[in-house]
Amino acid sequence: MPETKKFLYVNRKAPYGTIYALESLEVVLIGAAFEQDVSLAFLDDGVYQITKGQNTKDIGMKNFSPTYKALGDYDVNKIYVEQESLDARGLTLDDLLPLTWEDEDDDWAEKESIKVISAAEMAKIMEQSDVVFSF
Amino acid sequence: MKFSVMISEGPYTHQASDTAYNFTKAALEDGHECFRIFFYHDGVNNGTRLASPPQDDRNIINRWSALAKEYKLDLVLCVAAAQRRGIADADEAKRNGKNADNIASGFRISGLGQLIEAGIQSDRLITFGD
Amino acid sequence: MSQLHTVNKSPLERNTLESAITHAVKGNALLMIEDGVYGAMRDTHKSDIVSDAMDDISFYVMGPDLKARGIDETRIIDGIKIVDYSGFVALVAKHDATQSWL
Repeated sequence: MPETKKFLYVNRKAPYGTIYALESLEVVLIGAAFEQDVSLAFLDDGVYQITKGQNTKDIGMKNFSPTYKALGDYDVNKIYVEQESLDARGLTLDDLLPLTWEDEDDDWAEKESIKVISAAEMAKIMEQSDVVFSF
Repeated sequence: MKFSVMISEGPYTHQASDTAYNFTKAALEDGHECFRIFFYHDGVNNGTRLASPPQDDRNIINRWSALAKEYKLDLVLCVAAAQRRGIADADEAKRNGKNADNIASGFRISGLGQLIEAGIQSDRLITFGD
Repeated sequence: MSQLHTVNKSPLERNTLESAITHAVKGNALLMIEDGVYGAMRDTHKSDIVSDAMDDISFYVMGPDLKARGIDETRIIDGIKIVDYSGFVALVAKHDATQSWL
């Protein structure tokens, strides 16, 4: 087996209108078992995937947004959200789901998974990835 | 060099499967190796043997089957995506209580782990989608 | 590390070309495929985003997709290189990773 690779999941599409966001999340959850170095990127309309207050009752689809909160339990805790994408949509960090993880090396302290970064910083993260999944 | 390919759209509606085919064929002809072709989302619809396109059109499904035979390609349909969209082999049909299967020759159904493994084992992974 | 970015949508319909260019770093390559080849045309309202990025990014366009759409090579922005499928494969092999802007 090769050494650990840097996997980046790029999320650029809004949920519900198409299935990409849901099926992308399914890959992330399965992929977590493979112990690679995993990061998630949310940019463009992808930021809509992790907004608070989603209620799909009246469209008859499953609300999968609570699943993002479980990512921390799968050791998926590098979640990068692009500032420019939030700004363009009139959103702030307060509009996003609180995503956290527990650091076992720090007495299980609860820490934030989301890092809001600039497009230039996002470009660097993409550049440093070995495998880029986009759906 | 060892490639893997992910295809996220079905045949005909999007050009994704055509481009993926032309890319894969060129890669193989140039002497590269193909570790796996993974079909996800509507891409699993590339694996039904029940498609009957007009005579004067390309047969996208048969084309994949033929390429798989020639180069011993591993064509994998994601099981979760295939179940949602009604693509089944004999085992899947039986498991889900269906009275027919429709998987095309050269394809197999397996889990998402196969995609992750392709990412780990291949030198390059490239995605074709919408 | 050096990346190849692929774009398959017209820049007049979606923002993928713009987003890919924003996130490509100096020395990266960008290949326009399928409907993405419309992004290689000169004199469109989006031509400047390509011309302005040319110092940092190498641009390529799929010849078979241009031909299929009746786009003559003379209408392509200067400096964009035309490749075939084998050239596409070579670009993927040459760069450490490929990111598809879907």
